[in-house]
Amino acid sequence: MSIAQNKNTSAVKHPLLPKTPTGIAGLDEITEGGIPQGRPTLICGDAGCGKTLMSIEFIVRGATEFDEPGVFMAFEEKADELAANVASLGFDLDQLQADKKIKIDHVHIDRTEIEETGEYDLDGLFIRLNYAIDSIGAKRVVLDTLENLFAGLSNQAVLRAELRRLFHWLKEKGVTAIITGERGDGKLTRQGLEEYVSDCVILLDHRVINQISTRRLRIVKYRGSVHGTNEYPFLIDEDGISVLPVTSLKLEKPVSSDRIASGIPALDQMLGGKGFFKGSSILVSGTAGTGKTSIAAYFANETCKQGKRCIYFAFEESPKQIIRNMHSIGVDLQQYVDKGNLKFFASRPTLYGLEMHLVAMYKLIKQFKPDAVVLDPITNLITVGSVSEVKAMLIRLIDFLQEEQVTVMFTALTLNTVISDQTDEGVSSLVDAWLLVRDIEYNGERNRGMYIMKSRGMKHSNQVREFVITDKGLDLVDVYLGPDGILTGSAREAQILQEQTGDVLRDHAVTRKDREISRKRKVLEAKISSLQTEFESAEDELNKIYQEEELIKQVSDKTRSEITNRRGEKG
Amino acid sequence: MDTETEKYELRLYVAGKTAKSVTALNNLKKYCEEHLKGQYVIEVIDLLVQPQLAEGDQIFAIPTLVRKVPEPIRKIIGDLSNEEKVLVGLNIRPA
Repeated sequence: MSIAQNKNTSAVKHPLLPKTPTGIAGLDEITEGGIPQGRPTLICGDAGCGKTLMSIEFIVRGATEFDEPGVFMAFEEKADELAANVASLGFDLDQLQADKKIKIDHVHIDRTEIEETGEYDLDGLFIRLNYAIDSIGAKRVVLDTLENLFAGLSNQAVLRAELRRLFHWLKEKGVTAIITGERGDGKLTRQGLEEYVSDCVILLDHRVINQISTRRLRIVKYRGSVHGTNEYPFLIDEDGISVLPVTSLKLEKPVSSDRIASGIPALDQMLGGKGFFKGSSILVSGTAGTGKTSIAAYFANETCKQGKRCIYFAFEESPKQIIRNMHSIGVDLQQYVDKGNLKFFASRPTLYGLEMHLVAMYKLIKQFKPDAVVLDPITNLITVGSVSEVKAMLIRLIDFLQEEQVTVMFTALTLNTVISDQTDEGVSSLVDAWLLVRDIEYNGERNRGMYIMKSRGMKHSNQVREFVITDKGLDLVDVYLGPDGILTGSAREAQILQEQTGDVLRDHAVTRKDREISRKRKVLEAKISSLQTEFESAEDELNKIYQEEELIKQVSDKTRSEITNRRGEKG
Repeated sequence: MDTETEKYELRLYVAGKTAKSVTALNNLKKYCEEHLKGQYVIEVIDLLVQPQLAEGDQIFAIPTLVRKVPEPIRKIIGDLSNEEKVLVGLNIRPA
């Protein structure tokens, strides 16, 4: 394949250095593809920093994942010792050997058994290695550790010449090799092996700071390739080695405008009615006992309720304790644990160093693929690192989580009640949303007030809300803004009651007035009706007179005409 | 064990007919004739022909002389040019 590459790329551009993936989690990312193919790589470090393990993982991963058989030439440990040592990592060396996937060759050098006289060379080693490589068609070779040769043999001049020949021979053979070496004073290796292996040098380090040990890895040089230059912490656990390429991340993360609910409808309302952005980071800070864990648990609960997955990293309480405590506010987290939506990961901060915490979280998040993550509380991490270290760690964590589009909620304890612009961990500038829960002490009682310090990219309420925790759950209540300032808790209740009493009294007064009016109306109506009757009788009277007069007029007219008629008859 | 019946089983590992190998074999033969006449066996193994044998005797340098019998196993690496060292190494002469 490399030949084809060579043909394709003309003289204008050289082909990139072909690389062999190690299969070790994270290492291939730092080296951008692995260690140089067909060349030797030096892994050096102090005793107990994981050189042998890293090299054997390289062989095993090669055999199991990349179908590249490998030869492990051990100068220190016997094959069965090695097999026993790595059995705890799930590597079955015996089976792999039986399958002809790997070959372990133990080179035993004991000075007491050996006498040197005259000229010699290390052809025996070459022949053995060659035989081992050819017998399984190996593509990978590990020599662990060549320095034992120096301990066993006294003729340094011969050894050095032979080593130079060995590395040339390995290159010619085209195998990708790892050579391990003990770290020396002021030099990378005690015997100066780095002068022979010039292509790629990886330095492992095991440091104890504040009684907490952290393993770190650094690529000292990598000829012909870009690589991460920082120190990267790595972890050895039941899955082998994981290296965390923590600071290689750039600010090129995808962003989402999807919203994710906080679990407290009133809080969502404060956040423009929709909640947090997906993939954002939220800080909940407050003094002791202000309900930070409850907010976090609500958030976890809501996430799981929607069928999403959540990891709860607890640094203070055990999972059972949190589940029990949350029952008291009507949150049943156990059901989601049973369903597999929620995963608790509780560890004391002092269990291991900050970087290790980060690696452990990183691994778990990669494995579980949650939609949301809760860290409760980050304050405790300060016990294992300085503020700047904690901050650096959280930056990396936030970066990583944003890359994965995981929403994260941190809780942080502020020790003083005076609100400072910074939290203790100095992460306030990093997070996208910052909720502050504070005590409001007034009138002999303590109440909780919550407000949103910031929430990037969305409309959010500037109001202080009273944050109440009842056995039904969490809620936010509008604080009472009275003439005497902000009222919360029972003072607010009292004010509300007072207002209600006033309403009742006012109502009462109004009804009394209403009744009086109606009574008055009745009286007046009665008067009106009597007047009307009076008027009717007067009208009757008038009518009667009028009719009488009419009658009289009719009668007199009749009489007159009769008289006229009679006069006419006579006349 | 009787010293008369004691036999030296010696194995010389070489890789082809190199100058060092030839010197070593010649030296060995000379010393054995001088000091162990009649009570030694020399087996020469060419690792270029039988590379699989290298692992069994833990060979890494060439040439290597291995004293298989009597026990314990002793190894001498190099062209055996120093007679004194070889004789001490093979426990023929006390150190």
